[in-house]
Amino acid sequence: MTLPPTIPILEWRWEDLLFLAFAAIMLGSALLVVLGRDIIRSGLWMIFSFAALAGIYVLLGAALVGAAQVLVYIGAISVLVLFAIMLTQTKVGPARLVFHPQAALAGVAVIVLAVLLVVAVSGTDWPQATTPGGATRTDELARLLFDRYVLPFEVVSVLLLAAVVGGVFLAKREDEPQSIVQQRPVSEPEAGP
Amino acid sequence: MSQSLEAYLMLSVLLFSIGAFGFLSRRNAIAMLMSIELMLNAVNLAIVAFGAFIPPLRGDASVIALMVMAVAAAEATVGLAIVIAIYRNRRTPLVDEYDRMRQ
Repeated sequence: MTLPPTIPILEWRWEDLLFLAFAAIMLGSALLVVLGRDIIRSGLWMIFSFAALAGIYVLLGAALVGAAQVLVYIGAISVLVLFAIMLTQTKVGPARLVFHPQAALAGVAVIVLAVLLVVAVSGTDWPQATTPGGATRTDELARLLFDRYVLPFEVVSVLLLAAVVGGVFLAKREDEPQSIVQQRPVSEPEAGP
Repeated sequence: MSQSLEAYLMLSVLLFSIGAFGFLSRRNAIAMLMSIELMLNAVNLAIVAFGAFIPPLRGDASVIALMVMAVAAAEATVGLAIVIAIYRNRRTPLVDEYDRMRQ
């Protein structure tokens, strides 16, 4: 079965409908991440937001970036965040106050920022390609990544290794009695194994 | 609508603003880290949109977006490890109770 070129009643193109749906899911779940009281639910809504963004990447023709979004954000970072939430839940449950007292001021500042950026975006004369289609080919991307961008690629791999080692070191449980740990300065590294 | 660069840039602006609000207003350190992830995602969306609509940038934008993702993963790892390390000492994930240096 083939779809008609436009949506029958609304006369929209199918890409527009997909774009609107993904955008609504992404912004709605991002708002729920930020405004929700329960931090576990915030973490789960964050996965929704990432998934909708992966759909938008595919819509833009960057399928490999979409796949990396699913692997890295949904597969790795979300799980990391959820584990960190579970490790730092206090026994008394979620805090009474979710927001700082400065939240109203932050809201005003962010709205000003958004308005400024929207004015800047709409005031600029962007070069318009006739079509965003023409997906980024994976072999072309691989050639770029391992030829022209090979040095940044290696630097990023070293950075990731350093981050993993640093993360393990920071989050490692210290094998000392709790009282000694609390009397020491926090930043002092452990001397022995 | 989905054929204009401006629509994607507006979407990116809105997502970045939501993330910035969360970063400035949440008390929980992990919620602040999640807001940072939202902001990084917004920047990535802008990069990929530029790549899709400006033909000479097509491949480069994807490469840059992948590198931003790798750096974001590194940032999340270290940030969450720091939060867990502080939680072990202070028994709270709320950032406004980390005030030992002020006392």
